[in-house]
Amino acid sequence: MEKTIFLKKKAAQIRMNLLKMIYQAKSGHTGGALSSVDILTVLYYEVLHVTPENPKDPDRDRFIMSKGHSVEGLYNILADKGFFDPQELNTFSSYKSRLIGHPSVKVPGVELNTGALGHGLSCSVGMALAAKKFNPGVKVYCVMGDGEQAEGSVWEAGMAASNFKLDNLTAIIDRNYLQISGNTEDVMRLDKLAEKWKAFGWDVHEVDGHSIADLVAILKAPPIPDTPKMIIARTTKGKGISYMEDVAKWHHGVPTEEQFNQAMKEIETYIQELDKK
Amino acid sequence: MSNGKQSIPCRKAFTDTLIRLAADNPDIMVVTSDARGSVTLNDYANRYPEQFVEVGIAEQNEIGIAAGIASFGKKVFVCAPACFLSTRSLEQIKVDVVYSNNGVKVVGISGGVSYGALGFSHQSLHDIAVMRTFPNMSVIIPADRFQTEAITEWMTRTEGPVYVRMGRAAVPDVYTSADGSFTFGKANVLSPGSDITVIASGEMVEKALKASQILETDNVSMRVIDMHTIKPLDREVIVAAAKETKAIITVEEHSIFGGLGAAVAEVVVSEHPVPMKILGIPDEIPIEGESKDVFRHYNLTPEGIAKIAHQMLQKT
Repeated sequence: MEKTIFLKKKAAQIRMNLLKMIYQAKSGHTGGALSSVDILTVLYYEVLHVTPENPKDPDRDRFIMSKGHSVEGLYNILADKGFFDPQELNTFSSYKSRLIGHPSVKVPGVELNTGALGHGLSCSVGMALAAKKFNPGVKVYCVMGDGEQAEGSVWEAGMAASNFKLDNLTAIIDRNYLQISGNTEDVMRLDKLAEKWKAFGWDVHEVDGHSIADLVAILKAPPIPDTPKMIIARTTKGKGISYMEDVAKWHHGVPTEEQFNQAMKEIETYIQELDKK
Repeated sequence: MSNGKQSIPCRKAFTDTLIRLAADNPDIMVVTSDARGSVTLNDYANRYPEQFVEVGIAEQNEIGIAAGIASFGKKVFVCAPACFLSTRSLEQIKVDVVYSNNGVKVVGISGGVSYGALGFSHQSLHDIAVMRTFPNMSVIIPADRFQTEAITEWMTRTEGPVYVRMGRAAVPDVYTSADGSFTFGKANVLSPGSDITVIASGEMVEKALKASQILETDNVSMRVIDMHTIKPLDREVIVAAAKETKAIITVEEHSIFGGLGAAVAEVVVSEHPVPMKILGIPDEIPIEGESKDVFRHYNLTPEGIAKIAHQMLQKT
């Protein structure tokens, strides 16, 4: 219970920090960053074996942010964990900054340049294959968007992962039902997403993507031998900020001063409530 | 230099070399997309199943997987028809390989019009143009089996991304051994020549050499340069040719846009302008036929090159 409270509080702080970063830079993919924060928090503070003091350790777990536009949470977590000086977050999206709007391998802790959707899972399959052959024990985790599922290459990779029996690979879909043009089911229907992944040979789990306890449980559960794990995490785009939740325009909306102050207040109130528990 | 002997295809020389090198190098990994037969990878796959990955007909996934394996410090060779690798997987080459610093060796086989009669879907006449715009990407076309062997050995020692394009058919030998046939980024001057220069790459090198022999009987002295490395380009050898001969002809199995000819012209116009002719496939869907028919149709033959050389010299 104590651990869950710690992770909830950590996720809330990451939400505050990423909103500050976006507000200051006047640029960012706010909605998707907020929907994926709880997933990233559980991964980085509870699941992944990564060491900031040795970011290239050959035996580290690999994390791939395939929905690269939700980079803001990742940068804030990497800074918080000590991969780089948190002061650098102030340079987000500015001239000569390595903290650009999609993950960059120039940033310590980032494994792959993403941004073009539908690439991350293929690279994760390659990494999981290499891990099996050369660095047994290394696990690979890949976060994808739900809009991203329309990319054909995602399914090429999905077929390969089960063909190669990659039980060291876990993929997580940030299932917030919104993409830039609107609801995923209106833009390009995903419909029975879990059944699709099951048919591709994956061990599929549907969870509440904002339930820290559920995410910890499923991410730490041992895999079914020879089977890659798919977690469809039901999330809310803009999670944690009342006026952003489930509103498509916050995909890359930047808050006004008034909106920013309100957002900070909402998260502070949430943290105070957690402290009372 | 050339003994003109009909030999084995470059793709076979490539896989023979990989088979030899993989025996002592467990870091070599080969990824293919249902192209074992086309690439001549069956022997390799049978001998080194642990160093071989088959992804099925999925070229985008193929490059992504290769990039993921390369990120573990492995020497990854992706082998598939050039037409698919250079088009279907282009975004993966751009982002997963080049941008993410994963030094995958992309080996496109049966490039250019090798698949001639199979049509434009199976031709790659844009690949050199596209690949050479990617920062840090090296672009190479071997002229024969010996040079292919040397290039393959070099690739197992080099870190960065490389695009190598090979043809399908056996080509006559240009060199007599792998030794001395390839220095990365340094062109080979195969015949001195003082009147005019021909710069060729890949299968066109042998035709250029034969053209120089035809011209010799007409008392025309043609310098023949094998520009195996199109990026980084050997600027020095081009500037010397521009200064020491009257004109330059480039010959390539590629669109006249953006390939070897364009790369050479970029140097010539900025360093020492001389008349140039870029010989290749013009701005059209190539004429139907086998590769030899296509070559003949577009003057990509010894006779065609010799004819163009005479025309150029008359103008100068």
